[in-house]
Amino acid sequence: MRFSHSFFLTVLLLSPATSYAVDDPKELLPNPQQEQEAEQIGQQLRCLVCQNESIEESSAPLARDLRKIVRQQLTQGRQKSDILAWMSHRYGNFIQLKPVFNGETALLWLMPFLALGSACALSYRLWFKRPMQARSPQDTALKKD
Amino acid sequence: MTLTRRHILAALPLTGAAALGLGFQHILSSMRTGQFDPRAIRTSGGTVPQFPPLSPLPGLQGAIEGIECTSLTQQNKPILLNFWASWCIPCVTELPLLSALAPSLTLWGIAYKDRPERASAFLARNGQPFERVGQDKDGSAAIEWGITGVPESILILPGGHVVWHHRAALTHEVITHDLLPLLRPFL
Repeated sequence: MRFSHSFFLTVLLLSPATSYAVDDPKELLPNPQQEQEAEQIGQQLRCLVCQNESIEESSAPLARDLRKIVRQQLTQGRQKSDILAWMSHRYGNFIQLKPVFNGETALLWLMPFLALGSACALSYRLWFKRPMQARSPQDTALKKD
Repeated sequence: MTLTRRHILAALPLTGAAALGLGFQHILSSMRTGQFDPRAIRTSGGTVPQFPPLSPLPGLQGAIEGIECTSLTQQNKPILLNFWASWCIPCVTELPLLSALAPSLTLWGIAYKDRPERASAFLARNGQPFERVGQDKDGSAAIEWGITGVPESILILPGGHVVWHHRAALTHEVITHDLLPLLRPFL
C-alpha cells in the first residue's frame, strides 16, 4: 500500500508540467515518436484564435483542425520544414511562434550580437587604448575637466 | 567646455534611449489610430488557393450554384467572397451591409462549419445577398484560404488575384476606406 502511494507520488512529481489541449485520445498518433514530433511542431505554431497559445495548448476548434493537419502530414512522411511552410503559406509568417529570419526580422535576430559586439568594441577601446591616446592634445584637455 | 570624445560617448546611450522612445511612441500612437495592429495576420495575397469544390447550399430560392476554384478564377468581374455561419452573431449585423453592396458587387458566400438546413434558414430570415453559396462543412476549404474565424471577407479581382482579406465583420468605415477604393477601377 505504502509502496503504491509513493510510486504514484513519484510518477506525478516526475511527469512534465506542460499541458496539452488534446481533448480526444483518438487525435494522438499511434507511433509515439511521430506523436512527439507532432507536438514539437504544434508548439511552434500559433493558435490564431487565442494568439499567445500554441495550437498544442489551445482548445479552439481551429487549433484542433490544425493539429489534425500536422498529424496527417507527418503520417504522409512530410518534414517539419514542409509543414511549417504549408502553414505560413496560408496564414502568413505570424503563425510561427519563433519568427523566421528574413529582411524584416534581421534586426530583431541580430540585435543581441550587434549590442554585444559594439559593447565589447567600446570597452576594449576604453580600457586598453586609453593610455596610448592620453598623449594627444585632445585628451590632455579631457584630463583637466 | 570643449566637446570631447567623452562627451560624445556619454551622449550615445542617451540618443539610443531617445530613439527607442520615439519608436515606441510611434508604435503606440499608430495602434491608437488603428493604423498598426500587432495581432493582425498579414498574408501576402496572391492567387486563389486550391480548395475542394463546395456543393451548393440546398433550400435557397432560385438555382444557386456552389463554388469551385475554376469558377472563381474565370470571372471577369471582382468578387467578394464572404465566409459566414448561422451560429455567428457578427454575421447577422454584417448581412444588411452585404445586401447594400449586392447591387454593385458580386457576392459569393461560404457557409463555414454549418448544417445546411440552419444555414439556409439563416439566409431566409436575414436576407440573401449571395449570387452563389457553397458549403464548407468541415472547414477544410477555409484553412486553404487562411480563414481564422467567421465572418471574414476576401476580394478577388478578375484572373483570380486575391487583393484584400478582411478578418472581421465589415463595417461602414471598412467598406468606404478599404473596400471601395480597391473597386474603383471596376465600378
